[in-house]
Amino acid sequence: MNAAPIRVDLQLIADMVESKTRALDVGCGDGSLLAYLASFKRVDARGMELSQAGVNACVANGLSVIQGDADTDLGDYPDDAFDYVILSQTLQATREPREVLRQMLRVGKRAIVSFPNFAHWQVRLRLVFGGRMPQTVSLPYKWYDTPNIHLCSIDDFRALCRDMGVHVERAIVLNSKSRPIHMPPLVANLIGEQAVFLLRRD
Amino acid sequence: MSVELDDLTDAERKALARCHQAILGRRKPLRLDCGVELGPYRMAYQTYGRLNADKSNAILICHALTGDQFAVERHPVTGKPGWWDAMVGPGKVIDPARYFIICANVLGGCMGSTGPMAHDPATGRPWNLRFPVVTIADMVRAQAELLDHLGIPDLFCVIGGSMGGMQVLEWAASYPERVFSAVPIACAARHSAQNIAFHEVGRQAIMADPEWKGGDYRLHNTVPARGLAVARMTAHITYLSEQALQRKFGRSLQDRDALGFGFDADFQVESYLRHQGSTFVDRFDANSYLYITRAMDYFDLAAAHDGVLAKAFTGTPTRFCLMSFTSDWLFPTRESREVVHALNAAAANVSFVEVESDKGHDAFLLDEPEMFRTLQGFLKGAAIVRGLGEGA
Repeated sequence: MNAAPIRVDLQLIADMVESKTRALDVGCGDGSLLAYLASFKRVDARGMELSQAGVNACVANGLSVIQGDADTDLGDYPDDAFDYVILSQTLQATREPREVLRQMLRVGKRAIVSFPNFAHWQVRLRLVFGGRMPQTVSLPYKWYDTPNIHLCSIDDFRALCRDMGVHVERAIVLNSKSRPIHMPPLVANLIGEQAVFLLRRD
Repeated sequence: MSVELDDLTDAERKALARCHQAILGRRKPLRLDCGVELGPYRMAYQTYGRLNADKSNAILICHALTGDQFAVERHPVTGKPGWWDAMVGPGKVIDPARYFIICANVLGGCMGSTGPMAHDPATGRPWNLRFPVVTIADMVRAQAELLDHLGIPDLFCVIGGSMGGMQVLEWAASYPERVFSAVPIACAARHSAQNIAFHEVGRQAIMADPEWKGGDYRLHNTVPARGLAVARMTAHITYLSEQALQRKFGRSLQDRDALGFGFDADFQVESYLRHQGSTFVDRFDANSYLYITRAMDYFDLAAAHDGVLAKAFTGTPTRFCLMSFTSDWLFPTRESREVVHALNAAAANVSFVEVESDKGHDAFLLDEPEMFRTLQGFLKGAAIVRGLGEGA
């Protein structure tokens, strides 16, 4: 369970999690965030991961992880089972993002969501002037093989939160170097390459 | 030892000479699910390693239908390697250098623990089919009394495959405070209709053998060997996968170049099954086979909790790790997944790994590196939380 340094966006998520709490990382991948939370923040950290190979690697590394799908398996958990439910860079790949978000905030007292911003200026330029589906560092796929079926902008996500009556406790927008930027929303939606939101039920 | 328990077979005598035994239920008999009170009764068990000072490193291994307490060493009756020597032993994942490992023959078994061939203390005659039907929960109760007898308050881990996995689930449901971690492998929270059906075929084969004599064969000095062998042959097919059988035998002929146009074992697979059947008879008791298969058939953990499996684990403090195998059609992955769903509904700490293997249900007994890695990682994580350190 030794935790190595983690990606900048994962570090931002980890910083939002209070120590000695319970957290579920949905789409936990290789378990690096889980390992970090368990080691450095004494978090009772659990994971759910779609790929069986990822699950097996996590469990062999001493992490509590099950094979599961954000779209279908969050429904198994009881209300308020966790202090945090985390969905990092996965929301845009779910079939029903709104329902996933609702489930996250049912199962968890808070939700932490990170996603790539589809209104980033590079994306806009590529579509407007290139006339092709945008491919960027955070959106590296071709249109026909992308798992990202529900892309949104930062402003789209804020609007969904408003619609759902979800309270945004914190929103951090990251530039293409994964550094937090502090700009008015309209600019952030243009400059931000990805965003991390800390949410709770109102 | 109490005289009334003694009517040992040669196999039992050999087994008991090579393991520990405890006579339990003298003061307070064991209350079985069927309502009968059983006592005194014997538990034959084996241990490996040493209990640490704060008694926090005990692992209970639960054996499957035809397993027994000899998980590691050469079997005193068959001379074959221990049934789980791939997993347990010095330098293995479950290492006696680190853990105090206990493995007991189940209640109803025939390798020294009390079963249908023991004597009914009330009549002084062998129980045979008058032995009360025992359940998985009864087996677990008997194991819990054995732990009391050994002065072990709680277990670092309970682990087992197949029927052993059922016992693990029962342990976690019945004694959550005594189970720090639980590893049910290749099992289910209830026995399926198909599995009950296969067991019934096996039982009917035994009972159709004229040597069975209504279960009183030992009084008549007979052995229902053919019936028991057929039961084993049928069951053995369910432990393998179609791919494994095909890979191992295909349509290869046994000791001949052409078809024999008769009913000898023309094919290697027939010869193999016949061998499995006939060697099984040397180490297993037919009545015991009836009782233990029945215990598995009766297992339905949800039924004991208002039909809601999650209720069996409400508020559980236990850390779970479930494993299944892709080619296991006796206890397929979806059965394990149902348990995982129930554990999630109880907000339990659970890991679940499906291991890619073409070896069928028996994979849990074999050299499966992915299974070893998974258990190694899980035990390591649990040991840190338990305060046992990372160690080896």
